[in-house]
Amino acid sequence: MSDKISLKLEHVSYIYGADTNLPVRALDDICLEIPEGQFIGLIGHTGSGKSTLVQHLNGLERPTQGTITYDGQDIWAKDYPRKQLRSQVGLVFQYPEHQLFETDVFADVCFGPKNLGLEKEEIERRAGRALELVGFPKEFYGQSPFELSGGQKRRVAIAGVLAMEPKILVLDEPTAGLDPRGRDEILGQIAHLQRETGISVVLVSHSMEDVANYVQRIIVMDHGRVLFDDAPHEVFSHVKELEAVGLAAPQVTYILHGLRERGFDVDVRATTIREAKETILQAMREDGKC
Amino acid sequence: MEKQMSIIETSHVSYDYIRHDEEGNVEGTMRAVDDVSLSVEAGQFIAILGHNGSGKSTLAKHINALLLPTEGCVVVDGMDTAKEENTWEVRRRAGMVFQNPDNQIIGQVVEEDVGFGPENIGIPTKEIWERVEESLKAVGMYAYRKYSPNKLSGGQKQRVSIAGVLAMHPKCIVLDEPTAMLDPSGRREVIRAARALNEVEGVTVILITHYMEEVIFANRVFVMDEGRVVMQGTPREVFSQVERLKQLRLDVPQVTLLAWELKKSGLPLPDGILTAAELTEELEKLRSSGADA
Repeated sequence: MSDKISLKLEHVSYIYGADTNLPVRALDDICLEIPEGQFIGLIGHTGSGKSTLVQHLNGLERPTQGTITYDGQDIWAKDYPRKQLRSQVGLVFQYPEHQLFETDVFADVCFGPKNLGLEKEEIERRAGRALELVGFPKEFYGQSPFELSGGQKRRVAIAGVLAMEPKILVLDEPTAGLDPRGRDEILGQIAHLQRETGISVVLVSHSMEDVANYVQRIIVMDHGRVLFDDAPHEVFSHVKELEAVGLAAPQVTYILHGLRERGFDVDVRATTIREAKETILQAMREDGKC
Repeated sequence: MEKQMSIIETSHVSYDYIRHDEEGNVEGTMRAVDDVSLSVEAGQFIAILGHNGSGKSTLAKHINALLLPTEGCVVVDGMDTAKEENTWEVRRRAGMVFQNPDNQIIGQVVEEDVGFGPENIGIPTKEIWERVEESLKAVGMYAYRKYSPNKLSGGQKQRVSIAGVLAMHPKCIVLDEPTAMLDPSGRREVIRAARALNEVEGVTVILITHYMEEVIFANRVFVMDEGRVVMQGTPREVFSQVERLKQLRLDVPQVTLLAWELKKSGLPLPDGILTAAELTEELEKLRSSGADA
């Protein structure tokens, strides 16, 4: 056992309606480890098992088979403090702003830590830090969360989970419905807080471009199984396999494959605009020399 | 109304949301749409872009009389939407599909869901079934007609929603962020269905989206900011203005952005490249002319 805290899934399967005649295997023999300090992307088409997996990470669902350990301890062992686990593994659901309810922003973010029974001072310290981490401006702490823009509301909702000071933060499509700038701002902020705090972030996303731009590791789900679990360059080199399971590679990857077919000496493993630019410029320069 | 060609005509449309306090007194107003005049020709594929809160959904809701203008007027297929006697006919001719498929499907079986609209307006049974069949075929969902909607993927559900609108034989369909909640293949399916409606069935399509890639096939793109139309043109014209779009909290398609970045680094590429094929072709031209970066 390592001295760093990690969440480990070993041969985890989950069956919906196991006692009916239509059992559905939503998770099928999942083995993975989420160590401290990683920025991970979780992708898969609708119904691939992503959400079911996410619900297992903090003990909302109990595996039908297999074990999940956090910091070396079986989270489904008798007497395991699962309530504590839920503050260690924070879950931000889709459209989390629908869950805002307090009269002002600061009170809303305080709600979680307050429930942990902390001292007032500590609660406020955490709320302040969480709001700072998501880049929410201090002058609006007293405002009603319902009067904020979509992007700001979402920041407040994420801060509410961050204020629990989780070691792992799971975000289910945090950018759904936001405009392009809003998307970039939220993801930039998440990347920043991940570096700043050293926690692990699991980003569930339908945008291959966003995943390519931000994460260091991608887990691809299909039919309840882990299809790939690797660095973005590796995962996105399996273009055909990804398409077969309803996903895709980032758009620049397709452009580079097209260029390669026409004889350009580009590196098709580039997944971001910046990488694509570099490799195209280099290929053009070399051509110029010939 | 002189031009019979335009199916949607808004002239100086403004819309104010009214804020009430707890007693129901008017507290203030917020102008969501501000003096918008635009005209859409029948059979076009139109896209509306704009950041969150720019007024694009509010404007869209005027097209099928879900909202009526505070000032100005909206004419759909020759009918003023503000006249009460036109409301139902306007809604039949201009259908709407929203973001969340789960909020739009009511039937227990796909074909029943699609038949719900025509049944409601008293279409004879035999014709309802004909419409259900043709609509489901148009969006490529006929094979799923006997399915329960909750067994379908997000993209399939959205296509069923579109079929439901199509069964009303509309002249125009407004899609308000239909792909926001979908995975990549779901997004592709829905956009493909929308384009087929437009190209094959000749339905006027108005697509609102935050995905820039989805609008490169549009005939015309309108960009909204603070309730006004601030840019309009062909996709190429609009996406040539990368800096301006970024200021408006928007973006350009990835390939356009890549071409723009390459241009900034010294490659003499034209503005407004929209597809990978175009970029490849331009780079080949540069290569054969021996230009050096």
